[in-house]
Amino acid sequence: MNRYPLWKYLLIAAAFVFGLVYALPNLYGEAPAVQVLPLRSGLKADAALLKRVDAALKAAQLNADVLSLDMTSVKARFADTDTQLKAKDVLNAQLGEDYVVALNLLSRSPQWLASMNALPMYLGLDLRGGVHFLLQVDMKGALDKATESASSDFRSTLRDQNIPYSGVTREGSLVTVKFRDADTRGKGVAELKQRFPGFEFLTHEEGSDFLLNAHLKPTEETHIQETAVQQNLITLRNRVNELGVAEPVIQQQGIDRIVVQLPGVQDTARAKDILGRTATLEVRLVDDEHQVGAGSVAPFGTEMFRDRDGGFILVKKSVLLTGERINDAQPGFDSRNNEPAVHINLDAVGARKFKDATRENVGKRMAIILFEKGKGEVVTAPVIREEIGGGRVQISGKMTTEEAKDTSLLLRAGALAAPMEIVEERTVGPSLGADNIKRGFDSTKIGFIAIAIFMIVYYMVFGGVSVMALGVNLLLLVALLSLLQATLTLPGMAGIALTLGMAIDSNVLINERIREELRNGVPPQTAIHEGYEHAFATILDSNITNLVVGIALFMFGSGPIRGFAVVLCLGILTSMFSAVLVSRALVNVIYGRKARLNKVAIG
Amino acid sequence: MEFFKIKHDVPFMSYGRYTTSISLVTFLFAVFFLATKGLNFGVDFTGGTVMEVHYAQTADLNKVRDQLGTIGLHDALVQNFGSSADVLIQVPLKQNKVGAKLSEQVIDSLHQQDASVQLRRVEFVGPQVGKDLVENGAMALLLVSLGIVGYLWLRFEWKFGLAAIIANLHDVVIILGFFAFFQWEFSLSVLAAVLAVLGYSVNESVVVFDRIRENFRKMRKTEVHEIIDNAITRTMSRTIITHGCTQMMVTAMLFLGGETLHYFALALTIGILFSIYSSVLVASPLLMMFGVSREDFIKPEKTEAEEVLP
Repeated sequence: MNRYPLWKYLLIAAAFVFGLVYALPNLYGEAPAVQVLPLRSGLKADAALLKRVDAALKAAQLNADVLSLDMTSVKARFADTDTQLKAKDVLNAQLGEDYVVALNLLSRSPQWLASMNALPMYLGLDLRGGVHFLLQVDMKGALDKATESASSDFRSTLRDQNIPYSGVTREGSLVTVKFRDADTRGKGVAELKQRFPGFEFLTHEEGSDFLLNAHLKPTEETHIQETAVQQNLITLRNRVNELGVAEPVIQQQGIDRIVVQLPGVQDTARAKDILGRTATLEVRLVDDEHQVGAGSVAPFGTEMFRDRDGGFILVKKSVLLTGERINDAQPGFDSRNNEPAVHINLDAVGARKFKDATRENVGKRMAIILFEKGKGEVVTAPVIREEIGGGRVQISGKMTTEEAKDTSLLLRAGALAAPMEIVEERTVGPSLGADNIKRGFDSTKIGFIAIAIFMIVYYMVFGGVSVMALGVNLLLLVALLSLLQATLTLPGMAGIALTLGMAIDSNVLINERIREELRNGVPPQTAIHEGYEHAFATILDSNITNLVVGIALFMFGSGPIRGFAVVLCLGILTSMFSAVLVSRALVNVIYGRKARLNKVAIG
Repeated sequence: MEFFKIKHDVPFMSYGRYTTSISLVTFLFAVFFLATKGLNFGVDFTGGTVMEVHYAQTADLNKVRDQLGTIGLHDALVQNFGSSADVLIQVPLKQNKVGAKLSEQVIDSLHQQDASVQLRRVEFVGPQVGKDLVENGAMALLLVSLGIVGYLWLRFEWKFGLAAIIANLHDVVIILGFFAFFQWEFSLSVLAAVLAVLGYSVNESVVVFDRIRENFRKMRKTEVHEIIDNAITRTMSRTIITHGCTQMMVTAMLFLGGETLHYFALALTIGILFSIYSSVLVASPLLMMFGVSREDFIKPEKTEAEEVLP
């Protein structure tokens, strides 16, 4: 009766092998490495880059243990931090500004493990050190800005159309336009409605004034807020790239918050500075009269900038327009030839300036330059074909849809990122991270040993079986965490210890049941069978209630609590498997084949 | 080896009146301390800045305080943390005029005084974030409670679900009472521990309830209180051993896990102790009070006559 069919043994063996393979990378630890990432969209991490990195390292006589290429970057692993830092300097000098050289840690595990996607557990910031920021996007600021620029657009629209009005005021989110009579107001409403579809217009009278109230439609408000967050995400990504962080996390959280996690970054002051910076945009005329190349000096009254392909463009110093005048930029298509294009929407002042500038410079090229950290880059430099009025500008020509999307994002990101504020910061130094790992590991180890000794003394053979099952549980849990690359935090390590402590419950339940059956005079084989059968219902119930807790914690917990919840949930699943199946299989192997079993060692 | 060789069932139910009264008194004490002293919420919930800095040698706390005074932080809480060379600095949100930039000012200022100072950890939590964490925590507690009642209702009967959740929320309140009485810091990880205790102690009640249900089916002619006594006595040994094992792990964390895990483990320790007590001596008497009976599990057999339709 206490025998398992072959497939169950095979299943357990398979799970055990799986556990071994995926838990194994954790034993090898991590080694210092550098990671080279291309910064410009035109550049790719390819075999050529790999060769360049290899050559640069060889020339400097730095030996990389492993040099590898993946989808986005080239990674080189070194024996010690000293070589790593030297390599970083060498590569930085060799590759120039087009690439980011970031410090990183790479698993020391052999290639065959890595090729099976077997990686060590992904350590959270509290274990590896680094910075965590939570940024709040100022939604009200974004909306205010939109209404403010709309109210000035109202003014210029009415003026352009020769519709008399006596004033435009803005109070919070409400824009009020005053008219002298109902007739002109009627004309004004018709004109504004057509031009500003995002606004809701309401008319009412106050004394002798005929008023028109306008406010943003709710759908428009959400649209503005969504794009504000999206723009800020893009801007942050670009900026974090500059910091040279190997595996940054930049994510939206909730409606109006952004999480930025920078593992390994210690210079928080610089990180804050870079994250909080605003980019600016300028439109200037291109100087096509002089020829320039790398190294040549820009003539008087001009400046030299790099374009996005890495070439140089000579641009006049006088500024036609700044990015503050851009309301919106969207990717789209040229209506005439269906080529991908970027549609830019300027505010009233910008539209007027742009109209004048284009009228005077038909046939010339105009450069749109993005400034970040005081360094400019030409995003695009199209030819002006005709005078452009009305504030609606289209940039097209030699662009793919992808580039159109990127350019419009860059224009928006540079132009009107809503203000952001750091509302949460958690910084953990590397020494504290290492201490935390040691503490978590030590307490789990000591606790495990204590439980093992007790169980074996108290339940003898069955105790030994329970401890082995618990060991398999730990193995599977670590393997699952490694496979899923779930973030392991210090509370997560506490979760491992706690689930092990709770997992032993299942085995205690089973062992106590078997003892009880034996006490009632049931023969050993039957007692084992009955013990497992009876205990199972209880084990199931208690584990499901724990799972309910784990899931709720995962749903509502943030940061450290979530890490704890993940471990708790996975631990419950692995403990069900190991405490019931694995321990039963072991008992079956030990006792199941003996036809006449008179005594079992259960203490 | 065997610790518990109990020949006869212990008449737990006859003590029911006393044990529930003791519980009630403890519970009221906990509520009293929660109401008068309140929880000492950590920076996670209140918002503010916490910094941990490390000096090469023993740190002079008064010098640190004076130095902080020079940048206007007279009321910053400065204390040793773990060792005499480690210092914990806490600045409440009210005194912080510069938000996330505060930590830089502090470390710059301390650096001028002693160049060996090293920043180990910074936590800055803005007011809105703290509020959100409190709301999410409360939400998690509510959801966990409802989930547990719901599951026990499905698996057993509403009386069991209700008895278990009362007994276990009583554990939670008592843990919170301890934290209020001793003014231990209540952080996010303590909250996680409290919720884990809720799951853990329900687990405890489930084991006893399972036995009660089984006994109702097996011991047909026995009184309800005897059935419960038997169930508790039979599961006693398991209860003590399981908790003993879990407590070994928790004790290891309590002493070896460092400051961060210390209060986490402390909350678990209190929780484990009280969950033993409450599942045996609170949940089961409550079950009796709600009038659990054999009919809750075994449907009375219908007579043939009833099935004959006119």
